[in-house]
Amino acid sequence: MVRLLASGDTALVVEFGDVIDPVINARVQELASRIDAAAIPGVVELVPTFRSLMIHYDPEILLFGQLSAAVEALLPGLTATLGPKRQWQLPVCYGGDLGPDLKAVGEATGVGSEAVIRLHTGAAYQVYMIGFLPGYGYMGDLDEKLALPRRESPRTKVPMGSVCIAQRMTGIYPLDSPGGWHLLGRTPVRMFDTRRPAPVLLAPGDAVRFVAIDQSEFDRLETLAERGELKLRPEPMP
Amino acid sequence: MTAGLKVIHPGLQTTVQDLGRMGGQRFGIPVSGAIDHEGLRAANIVAGNPHGTAGLEIALIGPTVEVTATSARFAVAGGTTEIEVTRLDGTLRRISALESVRLLRGERLRIGSVHGSPVAYLAVAGGFDLQTFMGSLSTYTRGTFGGFEGRALRAGDALPLCFCAAEERAEVRLPGLNLLPRSRIRIVLGPQDDYFTAEAIQTFLSATYTVSREADRMGLRLDGPALTHAKGYDIVSDGIAPGAIQVPGNGLPIILLADRQSTGGYPKIATVASVDLAALGRVAPGVQITFEAVTVEGAQQLRRDQGQLFSALASQLLPVPPDGFDLARLFSENLVSGVIDGLT
Repeated sequence: MVRLLASGDTALVVEFGDVIDPVINARVQELASRIDAAAIPGVVELVPTFRSLMIHYDPEILLFGQLSAAVEALLPGLTATLGPKRQWQLPVCYGGDLGPDLKAVGEATGVGSEAVIRLHTGAAYQVYMIGFLPGYGYMGDLDEKLALPRRESPRTKVPMGSVCIAQRMTGIYPLDSPGGWHLLGRTPVRMFDTRRPAPVLLAPGDAVRFVAIDQSEFDRLETLAERGELKLRPEPMP
Repeated sequence: MTAGLKVIHPGLQTTVQDLGRMGGQRFGIPVSGAIDHEGLRAANIVAGNPHGTAGLEIALIGPTVEVTATSARFAVAGGTTEIEVTRLDGTLRRISALESVRLLRGERLRIGSVHGSPVAYLAVAGGFDLQTFMGSLSTYTRGTFGGFEGRALRAGDALPLCFCAAEERAEVRLPGLNLLPRSRIRIVLGPQDDYFTAEAIQTFLSATYTVSREADRMGLRLDGPALTHAKGYDIVSDGIAPGAIQVPGNGLPIILLADRQSTGGYPKIATVASVDLAALGRVAPGVQITFEAVTVEGAQQLRRDQGQLFSALASQLLPVPPDGFDLARLFSENLVSGVIDGLT
């Protein structure tokens, strides 16, 4: 059941559900594409999240009733078959100083460190939404064998590039930041880099796969990334 | 280095802000922008700028700047603000908020402490010649991007200006604009008011809350009666509107402002009507506020009325006589009633 909710007089929430679910998220993405394409005057920007779409708008141009009617007209026939348009392969150096929680995750889940890496690199993840920090993608679904609650005590500083997991989600810290997720490794790829024309790498709806690399390859790529010379292109999906 | 302004004293926390960075929230990039957007707009109107031109947002204590361009025109908006110009010959002149002033190379503008509101704005004619980031000059200090090197100003900074000289013309002032904080804040309930008990809603709408010391550009934490959640305090993260009032586990509301995160996982009991957001940006720690529910349609009508009021401001500018002696203002303020007869 879709609900249209006012969040004040400048934002409308289109809520498709209240759980994390790939089908619900696909419908959110699809409605966002439709509203983008409809180019409704007065719509300022869209924020797709796990299970709802927030539409920011200018009430001096567009009223709540008018926007609601426009959205209602775009709702029928959402197929939720919208697949990812592009996929990223992100290199990750697992364990050691770069992934200080790998061993503990292997123990807590009972699968061992090697299997944690195998399971984490073994799936393509959907970017459900970007939030929390500039360029922080919430990706899922993580294999249920790796599902753990967040750390009891969050770290005050997680280094940029840390690849982490919590519950059925995985993510990458775009900046040095406090954080409570478990750190498996680190990618040299910058999720957020103000030197790039498009500073944020991932977009909601993208697919992401992780590829294990060793320390020397990490060091080589990290040097390139520091200089702003690490170029990464997504693969278009068939 | 392009001539412009040299920062002699940076003030407490002075940042470049415009009306915000739109289009980045889906990438987790906050809107930022002037926390009191009406103050910035008013300063721009007096300086002769389009209303979205970036200016300096001043927190509590203002900066001192020296003109290194041929000349520059300024306007300040804010609470009771102490503004002083040091001319080339060393003379000092006090000017008022919402009054334009032109300075020559080597002259200084000092903005002292700001009273009545914790923020004030300094607009300069033509604006700053800085590189935009994602279409905006707003500074987001947590992400160290936007504005001037992504940070608050420091002594010695050189701010390039778009105009190397300000045209010679009569100075102007804007009378009668209320830029005070509001204590009664209008809100629209929701989007997650169903996460609270009926009693909690009742408490929220009848209690007096005090703005705590934890008040910054991101938001205001309030002290007062705790609100009881009916369905827990954890939701699957969704979008956050400007002025959203989220209630975490301790039951104390947090009003989210300019530097708010784009998404969040606490239920939002209500959202501040956009017409009152600027006035909320002028609220300081210790101030008591109450909430009044309006419908979304009512909030939009208020916003449209406010929009018309601001659109009309540019036509209400009055000239300031070149010597700074403004008879019309003296009469209107009734400070020289004894002199009027002598002049007529």
